[in-house]
This record gives sequence, structure tokens and C-alpha cells, in this order.
Amino acid sequence: MTSGWDVVIIGAGIVGTSCALECAARGLRTAVIDPAGVGSGATAAGMGHIVVMDDSPAQLALTRWSQVLWRDLAAKLPPEAEYEARGTLWVATDEEDLVEVRRKQRGYAAAGVATEVLDSMALAEAEPELQRGLAGALLVPSDGIVYPPCAAEHLLREASRLGAKMLEPQRVIAAKRGCVRLKNGGKLMTRHIVNACGAEATELMPELPIRKRRGHLVITDRYPGFVHHQLVELGYIRSAHSVTTDSVAFNVQPRQTGQLLIGSSREYGAEDATINYPLLQAMVQRAQMYLPAIRNLQAIRVWTGFRAATPDKLPLIGPWPDDDSLILATGHEGLGITTSLATGKLVAAALTGEKPVIVPEPYLPARFAQGLAATEVLHA
Amino acid sequence: MPEMLLPIVLTVNGAAVRVMPGTTVAAAVLLAGSTTRNSVRGEIRGPLCGMGICFECRVTIDGVPHQRSCQVLCTPRMQVATS
Amino acid sequence: MKTTFEIVVVGAGPAGIAAAVTAAESGRSVGLVDDNPAPGGQIWRAGGCLPAAARNWINRLEQSLVERLQGWRVFDSPERGVLRVERNRSTFAEHAELRFEKLILATGARERLLPFPGWTLPNVMGAGGLDAMVRGGLPIEGKRVVVAGTGPLLLAVAAHLSERGARVLAICEQASHRQMVPLAAQLARQPGKLWQGVQYRWRTRRTPYRMNCRPVSAQGDEKLKSVVLEENGKQQVMECDYLACGFHLVPNTELPELLGCRLEDGFVSTNDLMQTSLQNVACAGEPTGIGGVEIALLEGRIAAMAVCGRGREAHGLIRKRRAARGFVSALSRACGLTSRMRESANDETIVCRCEDVLLGSLRERSGWRDAKLHTRCGMGPCQGRVCGGAVEYLFGWHVESVRPPLFPSFVSSLAGSAAQTNDSEHIGETV
Repeated sequence: MTSGWDVVIIGAGIVGTSCALECAARGLRTAVIDPAGVGSGATAAGMGHIVVMDDSPAQLALTRWSQVLWRDLAAKLPPEAEYEARGTLWVATDEEDLVEVRRKQRGYAAAGVATEVLDSMALAEAEPELQRGLAGALLVPSDGIVYPPCAAEHLLREASRLGAKMLEPQRVIAAKRGCVRLKNGGKLMTRHIVNACGAEATELMPELPIRKRRGHLVITDRYPGFVHHQLVELGYIRSAHSVTTDSVAFNVQPRQTGQLLIGSSREYGAEDATINYPLLQAMVQRAQMYLPAIRNLQAIRVWTGFRAATPDKLPLIGPWPDDDSLILATGHEGLGITTSLATGKLVAAALTGEKPVIVPEPYLPARFAQGLAATEVLHA
Repeated sequence: MPEMLLPIVLTVNGAAVRVMPGTTVAAAVLLAGSTTRNSVRGEIRGPLCGMGICFECRVTIDGVPHQRSCQVLCTPRMQVATS
Repeated sequence: MKTTFEIVVVGAGPAGIAAAVTAAESGRSVGLVDDNPAPGGQIWRAGGCLPAAARNWINRLEQSLVERLQGWRVFDSPERGVLRVERNRSTFAEHAELRFEKLILATGARERLLPFPGWTLPNVMGAGGLDAMVRGGLPIEGKRVVVAGTGPLLLAVAAHLSERGARVLAICEQASHRQMVPLAAQLARQPGKLWQGVQYRWRTRRTPYRMNCRPVSAQGDEKLKSVVLEENGKQQVMECDYLACGFHLVPNTELPELLGCRLEDGFVSTNDLMQTSLQNVACAGEPTGIGGVEIALLEGRIAAMAVCGRGREAHGLIRKRRAARGFVSALSRACGLTSRMRESANDETIVCRCEDVLLGSLRERSGWRDAKLHTRCGMGPCQGRVCGGAVEYLFGWHVESVRPPLFPSFVSSLAGSAAQTNDSEHIGETV
């Protein structure tokens, strides 16, 4: 079918497939299109960390809601999606960090997220491979880990069961005013278009305030039990927060396979997949500082991937003011996996007029529309 | 005149094994009646390619896991553990 | 340890040894990196009786001023003129950076291993694989061995194993008589090759050489007990202790690819002087085309002479190389891998051994990357070197481009600088 769609979703990553499921579940005639198949962009490249983050109240609300949605979904996910409720340990290196830990705990508590403060000894017991002499950590037991490409494929399968159609792989060259043009000359007519293209969103819409923010990851061979929780240094938020500099922050994930994912790094201005060696080395050296025995683990692969970063660290979810047919679902930076489920629900709500569980305003793309400063739009 | 080659004694899973110098750890593991690893599904596996490509010969040598034993020569008092 | 050289040669098989020796004898500073405990590569692997040519070349290597970096693995090349290498020490790893003006890649080849039911049983090995294990000290005397697959390697392996006292029950070549006929004409023109073939066959004269014969399955509980062979449509069970099974060779082109050398039909493109598409990189031996020892030696010498500015002297060698290549092409056409082995594997057969991925789950996928992301095929430590050859044969999928590290490496090696071995520093411990 080339016309009569209610919604065509461009991008079959974790966000696009989540949108597809929510739309199909509401009876919308839904199509999904991607040149490279399911879950092959940032969905394939990133850590599947489902994490509540509190860089801003809006981020806290979105990640919190979505984290709960993941927990609800967990039982239905197939084994290959590797969902595990591992929990996150936000690691504190000194007294100053402990102050931040306590502040964080209060903020999470206000949002209904249970946490536990571990002192130095409790942390060493929880994670024996961590360097001795750390000050402690904040444990968030409700955070989880998932393998995103298989999770995305599951979402798409469920969406297909409800009537959504994954179209033949094709590149979209234009998408506006209800018309999606394909590279092979084809055309899809639809009431709504969802741009879920992640870091490539600006290829269709150069006017979007999205910049590519590249990251490196290293994955090791299998070492079950080396690490039990996702381990993140508190400085991670600073690293994610910065809009200008290249940075690394300690972030290590135990996969269900027993492999360790070692991250994280952020850089602007990098457009290709080649490795930035000084940055990679800084990232790995930092991991060695926190987990000394990681030195002797076998690293199997190193790769890079692109996050879609916006100026205010919040995604673009909702209608694009210039085009009645266009909905954005992109700009998720490092929280695409976490917030994909909530994004799907927000997109479906925007399409059907229903009231979503959280306030959608902070994520509305209109905040970046021409002539309006970011802060002015928040209460539109 | 060639030197007398004295056997090397190492341990495989705690048991002593005597091998001639120049023997790979992979051969020593098989000589000990053991095999190198279990697959991710738990099946028993042994060396396949003999040249460091297939990773089926991975064992723990002196506490360091995932070493390709077909490319490592036995040394005295080496401690080898298979999975 | 010296880490800066005029010329670095990667791989100490025949091509690498010939290149390193030639370059050193031309007065250049040469470093020879090889990941095995001793030089010789696969075909001249230490631990067996070596032909005179091998002993001579290895002697020359030992007499030369080549700096031997034996036991070191190349895992990355972060910039032009630099190779990152690492090696195991007992409880830690050391890494270093080699710097060079010119590079000669002699990374050799590996066997193509194809899946069939039971191929994951212990004591089912590659043909070269069992040979390597025996050279590494695995006792084979009195053991019953079936050698199967395709290509001239089978004869060479059977001959060596026989010499070591193995009872080689059969050599099973999957190519048919008809395929081999054009080869006979070529053989007549290459008396050296003919003689070598005759010698191998003499050494294995008590072993039936069966054509149009392929392994269907391997059986056993905790290890191999028997093999089912199919010959001309009829199946037979053969009890044995080892199955040595390989299907031609696959060139080790990962390092050339990582560096950016152009490939053609899966082999590294070179000119007559063995120069690749990269100005400071030459390639010799199997990665430029599977050709065996004679060609490897010629190409190693040509590459070294060219890199040392002695290209003009290499003309005689270049002519010999061209002639030798002609024979080899005929041989590989004759022993072309038929599609019959595709019939052996079924949906329950493991294709990716690192991750235990079954053929059945691969059938639904659209290509290598899709399979990797969704089934884990190729995500294990072999980085697709074993399963890649298999899925290419089974589905025609092309394994996508190479990334560092070239082999699994210690995290400490990726971390770099802190504990690096170089010209002036001592070996750094990282634990």
C-alpha cells in the first residue's frame, strides 16, 4: 500500500519500533521504514542501559516513567533481548561525591525511585573488583540492562502482530506534508510522519537542532561475575551534560553473557567510524582506575556510534510546528534505549489526542522553533 | 651434540603433567586426558584450528583466563585450568 | 627491545622469512613480528621434520641481523608507520608500538572450516589443525585418523601424520575425478610439483585416496568416535580417533584491510613488485593469492628487494612467480569447492562455534551484519574468522569490514601508553 497510511515511521531503531507498537496498538495503520533493517543505528551501537537520570526534572520524569515501562515489559521480552534488572551503582570517589549521592537520593525519592546509599565497605562487598578506597555509591535497584537490537525486533514483531507493516529496506529522501519520498522513486502518502532517525534526523530535516555526539565502546570476552551492577561514576552526568568538550566518564556494564561493556566517551565533530585513539585510551585508562583487574581481560571489539544530541539534553518528542503531519521522536542522546518506551507513548498520545502519563511540554520540538528561545517555549 | 631435553612439569587442573620442551599447552591439556573448554551451551570442545584463530583452545594459564593454548609453550610450574 | 625499524615484516612463515632475510642481507634494519612461539608459520611449523628449504631459510634467519619479535601479535595500526603489538607474559601482558618506514605483510592463510553435524566434537580438527597440534606435542602414533575436505593440504597432512605413526584410514577429497583432469595437464608442465605430489602419495601409499568423498557427519559422546562419509552417493561409517578436515585456505587479509590496502576477490591487490595500493606497504604469500611455499618464497624475496630499492634485480624472480602462479590457478580450479558440503549441515548444526549459533536461526537473517546483531553469530572472540568462511559458503554473505583490535587483546594493551615497552624503557608490568 502506498497511500492511506495513518502513520509512517522513519527509522526502525528502538525508538521507531516503540512508536510503531504504540501506534498499531491504537489501531492506526502504521508503516515502518529503514534502509538498514531493525535496530542497526545507535540501537546497535550503544549500551542498553535502562537508567533513571536526573540532569533535569524533565529528564528525571521521562526516564523514571520509561524505566517502569521496561520493568513491565520485561516478562514479555524474549531471552535474546537479555533483559536483566541489574541495578545501577553511581560510584562516589570522595566526600564531595557523597554529598552529591545524598542529593541524588533525595531527588530520586521525590520521583518515587527507591535507592540505597552504600558506604565504602558495602560497596566493596557489592563489587569486589572495584578499586579499594572509593567513598561509596548510590544503588538504584530498579534500573536494568537490555540488548537493544533484539528488544527492538521484539517491539516490531509485536507491532506487526497488531497490524503494523515493516516495509522493504529503503532510504527516505524527503518526508513532509504527509508525503514520504523514497530513493527508489516510490512515494508513501500518510496522515502523519514520525522522524525517528536518531543521529541521522538532520539528513531529512537539516533545521533540527541535533548534533552527532560520538562515543566509543569496548566489549570483552566472557567473565561472569566480574561485575554485578552497571557501574557509573557520578562525573558521567557532567560528561553527558557538556555541550562543547570531548570527555570520558567511567561506565561499565555486565552483559548477560558475562561480557563487559566498557565506556564511555563523548565527542562532537567526529563524522565517521574511525577510532579516536587518545580518547579511547583515556576511556580505557579511566576504567582501569576504577576496576584495576580489567587490565587483564580480553577485549574482543572496539567500535564507535553516534548519539543524537540536542542543546538542552532533552529529546524532541512531538509535533514539528512547521508541518501538521510531522512528529519528531529523536534527539535522545545517551538515553534512547531508556526512554524509547515512554517516547512511543508520547508519540501515540500526540497522534490520538490522549493525555499522556507525564507532561509532554518539556520535550516538544516547538521549543526550538524559529524565533522562540528555548526557555520561552517550556510553558507553551 | 644435542642437549639433553629434560621434560617440563606443569599442572593441568591440579594434576601434574610431564611434557617435552616445545609442547604447547593445548597438547598438554589433551595429554592430561582433559579438554579445553565448554561452549556457551555447555558442550565439550577441544582445539580445532591449531593456529590461534578459532579460540576453542582457550584455557586459564596462571590465573589469566581465555588464553589461546595452542600458541603458548609449556613452561615449568605453569598452572593450567580448563573450564 | 628495539621497536623502530626501516622495515617491519609481519608473519614468519616462508614469505615473511624470505622477505626479512632478503631485506636484512640488503643492509636494512628489519623487525620480524610473528604470533607463534617459533618461526615457520603453518607449513614450516616447528615440531616436525622440516624440508631442506625450510631448514636453510630458518638458518639464514638465525644468522641474520633480523630483530625477531617472536610471540608478538599485531592488534592495531593507529596511524601510518605504526603497529601496535602485544604479547603474553605469565600473569600480565606487555604491549609496544613498532615504528617503520616500510611494511611487508606476510600474514599467511587459515583453513576454511565448514560445519556439518558433529563437527564440534573434540578430536574433530582442521587438517592443518591436527597437523599443528601434532607438531605441538599431541601424540598420534597408533591413532586412527581420517583426513577429509579438499585441496593439496590433505595429502601433505596425511603424509606427515603417517610418518609420525598415525594410522591414516583414508584421504577423502570432495572434488571429483572429472574436476581433476585439467590439472593433470598442468602438472606435466611443473615437474617440481609433480614430484612433490608423487612423494606425498608414496608416503601415504597405504592409505586409500578417495575422490568425490565428503564427510556427512561426525559421531561420538564426549569426543569423536566415528565419521560418516559419503562417496559417490553411498554412505559408510568409519570409526576413528581423529578427523582432520579442511576445505582450502582463506587468506589472512584482516591486517591489510585494516591498513587500507585494496582487495580484489578477497585477496590483497599487488603489482609485480608486490606493492599494495598503499605506497609503503608490500604483501607477499598467501594473502595475495593462495599459492604455497614456492610462491611465498618468491614473493617474499621480490617484496623485500623492491622495498630495498633493488626492484630491478627481481625480474628473474618475477618471471618464475608468474609461471608458478599459473599452475596454482589450475590447481584451485580443479579442487574447486563444490556445493555438496551444503547438504551436510542442517538446521541443528552449529555454525558459529564461539556463540553456539545454529544454522536454523541464520536462515531467516538478511546478511552478515543482521545475523551478527540478532543471533550473535560472529560476535565471539574468533571475530568471524571461522563462521565467516562458513556463512559465505552457505549463504553467500560477505563478512563486513575489519575493526581493531585485529585479535582479542588485553584491555591494558588498548589502554596504551602507561605501561608500554619501547626503545628506551624497560618492560612494563600492568598488574
